[in-house]
Amino acid sequence: MTTADKGAAARAETPAATEETPQAAPRRGPAPAAGPARFMGGQPAEKSMDFKGSGKRLLAQMRPERGIISVALVLGVLSVALTVIGPKVLGHATDLIMSGIVGRKLPEGITKAQAAAQLRAHGQGGLADMLGAMPVVPGQGIDFDAVGVVLLWVTLIYAGSSLFGFVQARIATRVVQRAVYRMREQVEEKLARLPLSYFDKQQRGEVLSRATNDIDNIQQTLQQTLSQIVASLLTIVGVLAMMFWISWLLALVALITVPVSVVVATKVGKRAQPQFVQQWKTTGKLNAHIEEMYTGHSLVKVFGRQRESAELFREQNEALYAAGFKAQFISGIIQPAMMFIGNLNYVLVAVVGGLRVASGALSIGDVQAFIQYSRQFSQPLTQVASMANLVQSGVASAERVFELLDADEQEPDPEHAERPEEVRGRVEFEDVSFSYTPDKPLIENLSLAVHPGQTVAIVGPTGAGKTTLVNLLMRFYEVGGGRITLDGTDIAAMSREELRANIGMVLQDTWLFGGTIAENIAYGAPSGTSLDKIVEAARATHVDRFVRTLPDGYDTVIDEEGGNVSVGEKQLITIARAFLAEPAILVLDEATSSVDTRTEVLIQQAMAQLRAGRTSFVIAHRLSTIRDADTILVMENGSIVEQGSHDALLAANGAYARLYAAQFAEAVAETG
Amino acid sequence: MLVRLARAHLRPHRRSISLIVLLQLIQTLATLYLPTLNADIIDNGVVKGDTGYIFRIGGFMTAVTLLQIVCAVGAVYFGARTAMALGRDIRAAVFDRVQSFSAREVGTFGAPSLITRTTNDVQQVQMLVLMTFTMMVSAPIMCVGGVVMALNQDVPLSGLLLVIVPVLGILVSLIVRRMRPLFRGVQERIDTVNRVLREQIAGIRVIRAFVRDTHERERFAGANTDLYDVSVRAGRLMSMMFPLVMLIVNLSSVAVVWFGGLRIDSGSMQIGALTAFLSYLMYILMSIMMATFMVMMLPRAEVCAERVQEVLTTDSSVAPAENPVTELRRRGELELRNVEFRFPGAEQPVLKDISLTALPGETTAVIGSTGSGKSTLLGLVPRLFDATGGTVLVDGEDVRTLDQETLAGAIGLVPQKPYLFSGTVATNLRYGNPDATDEELWQALETAQARDFVERMDGGLDAAIAQGGTNVSGGQRQRLAIARALVRRPEIYLFDDSFSALDYATDAALRAALGRETDRATVVIVAQRVSTIRGADRIVVLDEGRVVGTGTHSELMADNETYREIVLSQLTEQEAA
Repeated sequence: MTTADKGAAARAETPAATEETPQAAPRRGPAPAAGPARFMGGQPAEKSMDFKGSGKRLLAQMRPERGIISVALVLGVLSVALTVIGPKVLGHATDLIMSGIVGRKLPEGITKAQAAAQLRAHGQGGLADMLGAMPVVPGQGIDFDAVGVVLLWVTLIYAGSSLFGFVQARIATRVVQRAVYRMREQVEEKLARLPLSYFDKQQRGEVLSRATNDIDNIQQTLQQTLSQIVASLLTIVGVLAMMFWISWLLALVALITVPVSVVVATKVGKRAQPQFVQQWKTTGKLNAHIEEMYTGHSLVKVFGRQRESAELFREQNEALYAAGFKAQFISGIIQPAMMFIGNLNYVLVAVVGGLRVASGALSIGDVQAFIQYSRQFSQPLTQVASMANLVQSGVASAERVFELLDADEQEPDPEHAERPEEVRGRVEFEDVSFSYTPDKPLIENLSLAVHPGQTVAIVGPTGAGKTTLVNLLMRFYEVGGGRITLDGTDIAAMSREELRANIGMVLQDTWLFGGTIAENIAYGAPSGTSLDKIVEAARATHVDRFVRTLPDGYDTVIDEEGGNVSVGEKQLITIARAFLAEPAILVLDEATSSVDTRTEVLIQQAMAQLRAGRTSFVIAHRLSTIRDADTILVMENGSIVEQGSHDALLAANGAYARLYAAQFAEAVAETG
Repeated sequence: MLVRLARAHLRPHRRSISLIVLLQLIQTLATLYLPTLNADIIDNGVVKGDTGYIFRIGGFMTAVTLLQIVCAVGAVYFGARTAMALGRDIRAAVFDRVQSFSAREVGTFGAPSLITRTTNDVQQVQMLVLMTFTMMVSAPIMCVGGVVMALNQDVPLSGLLLVIVPVLGILVSLIVRRMRPLFRGVQERIDTVNRVLREQIAGIRVIRAFVRDTHERERFAGANTDLYDVSVRAGRLMSMMFPLVMLIVNLSSVAVVWFGGLRIDSGSMQIGALTAFLSYLMYILMSIMMATFMVMMLPRAEVCAERVQEVLTTDSSVAPAENPVTELRRRGELELRNVEFRFPGAEQPVLKDISLTALPGETTAVIGSTGSGKSTLLGLVPRLFDATGGTVLVDGEDVRTLDQETLAGAIGLVPQKPYLFSGTVATNLRYGNPDATDEELWQALETAQARDFVERMDGGLDAAIAQGGTNVSGGQRQRLAIARALVRRPEIYLFDDSFSALDYATDAALRAALGRETDRATVVIVAQRVSTIRGADRIVVLDEGRVVGTGTHSELMADNETYREIVLSQLTEQEAA
């Protein structure tokens, strides 16, 4: 599924509108565009623990680019400054036009003062007052040369502003993408260095959510805020300055709207919040119902419960509709409300400005400029407000990612790794002790020697430590005491790669990656393995037959949602994979438990060939599958309680004999 | 795809939509009227020095502003209502469709993917529609209105629009056209990066065991670099967009002042019109920007709509009967006649030429290796799949002609993976028979060898069961699933390898009790353990999708090589004899 996320760049840089009209996509409640993972619970935390620290560290992620960032900052300041000056200069052109109109009506050759006096004499006191603020030359029409020069300047100013803005945005894009690229890289490298115990303690979904959702969220936040927050703040300051410069009275009028906007936005926002909570709650409920009904799809059908299921769905769907409507309506009011305030402001400025012009305290051009400014003013304000939320959520995500990056790593491999002279497959456990948690010792003083080519079967109840034994051999976990040697070399002195390269493994949890069946089988083999070899391995492990019932055969793509491939079949594929890898030591960890016994026998025949000359460890529940092992280890509570061949152990009449009897007594009884 | 999906589901809301358009129209016109009033203030109030006029028009402007907010809020109200209703309706349509699916369609899509499509994808489409109603509808109105108002101010000066609007339109659409595939690309690559990460976390043991760290590192670096490249390319276009549009907008206002000045000089235009004209120009250009923005949001919603539409246009391979038979003789005779099942386009069928009859009072067992098609065979009876050849008959009626609920009423299935629903033990047991008494529940539990542990559970019958039944062990889950089928008291029992998680002793006790409980019913058991089925009246041996033998245990032991192989793999020769 397109898990992930977001129209990414779609909201990357909200086109900052100059007018109050179209606010670009304000965030309505929790990010509407979220991947399913997030949808199903892995939501990035809303509040951060250490906002300052994590915020600083997030910014520090961009340190390698700091040179270019300062260039971007300078360009940003220049761009904003030019944008801010523009309307004022343009207003000057309007003034020149206005003066031309007024001037032409006046007789030539008199001074401004005389003209004013004349106007008053004609009862046009208002117009006379206006003259004071205008560069009027009585008798002269519009001075197009002067207007032309002003407009040329305006053009240059705007062109410069756009150019600087463009370069700045380009740089910002690169900086953000680089920083996020590095973070992804760091996380991925970190995952490779984390010990397996980390993944045991953390839920996989949780780790995954940090590596995907949280980083996506950071990218979004940085993209949307980094260049804009600076520009917005600069614009606010610049516009405010210009407004005061033109008219402190009008500026104060415009400033009134700021607290009003803030109050309205927070008031409405507060009322919307619980509605959003409700919306997400009902979403969760509906989600849970859908999940159950889809997962148990055949049961719903076979038990004839479709009508009830549909009824419950309808109820919850209706509830979600009601909650969603309320949330969207209430939060949707904010924007018209802001527009309303903006328009009121417009009216106020027009009226007060008009009065001021009439009294000669202000020129028309200035009023025109002021109107433009007041519109430019409300825009970045709203933007900064909405970005505050984004930044909060982005920093919270960053914190979660940093937590992951700070987790303890596994011991690095020794610098001068040793290696056995020749790997023949002799494995020895010498006095090994181990525990997952310090207060619960699991394996104590375990010793065991396995000769090259031997097959060792490990049996015992769940939790006896069978899998742990293998984990230690693979160095997924490090021994707590004693040592394990491979052909005489302590495996702790070897590099993990070197050690594991000699061991082929089929695990309890079948893991296939998103690729074709052929690619999955070839996973452990050197690249460039021919299809013939793959098919050969598939035949030997009985994968071939069911692959041929699939529409695309070996090219069938296996994804997480796994369509046509059953659990047992997936297991067969992982067996084929180990088969093809041809390692010196084999580990089969309850691998064949969902394969039926007949197939298992066939696999065992194939495995017997593979095992020739290889040391093998087999962990299985079914005693029938391990009868031909050279040594059978019976484990209980972390220690080996019995050791020997099938016949010897039966003769000894101990734990193994009891296990065996339990499994076959009933079968024998029925036969008899 | 998006349009088709939205149009189909918006039809019932035509009225609301017209109302939204109307409200947005008034709202936009009110907004557009303001600059005209402002021009009026300047020309008739300021220039003439008439303070009273300024106040009067100022008051009128306030009234217009009020009208504007009332309409805007109204538009949001109906917009939110319609968009949310659309989401609800599409969700319901998808849910209904999925319910009609057979196991094959569910398997092809995968349950998790279907869940995402029903919830998240619909949500995306819904949000886009909401944005359209609240923002997008007013864009064309504002554009047209702006042009009209501009013409109203001064016709010749409006000639500038003939240059400005096309230039902006062409530039923006050029950029958007290049941007859309890039956005899609970004989305796809984010998916890839996340998928690789997910696989690395899920498969960490295998990766380490097979020493594929370097390979995985390279795979990730490749995906990450791909993502970076496309993101930067998209970002570059994006960073061009805003300054470019701003430049055009600003240069337009310069042109307006210049040409407006000439018009004023010649006495054909008033100075107030200049300011108003500038405002209208902004509105027109802004509406174009808005449209652009929506276009950029489209790719994601489109992908989602496609995924939703894919579900809605997929027909169930199990079509409901046209004139369904709702009455059965209810005896429980089950017959398969020359049944074949094949996945579309597969080289080999999963099942081929299967014929068998299961009669009331008898136990029929099916045994065979993994992949031999045993589970598929059972699924054909309750129509989780439909056979691609031959017929499946229940009480002499082709299952395809039966009403789904009638058919379901005759069958009790215990699936291979015993899934329990969240709720209590009792709600799960009553799943197939809501009217069952507590006594009947306990009796079923006793037969299923589940009485002991249910009694020990906190709350007994009312003990909580987690989704999927994850709070009980695999063996307990299997026994509860068996009890659930027993409570239903069907004529035909289908057990799909339902005893695998039980130890041998429990398995034996359960089968003994089950024999008494189901002695008049038809029982079909699929199993891997020979001990589970050796007492069956009839054993059907499947191999590679075909029946290779039918008979009792001793008959098959005598003359069926495949069966003997299976038995010998589990018992020693002596034990089997």
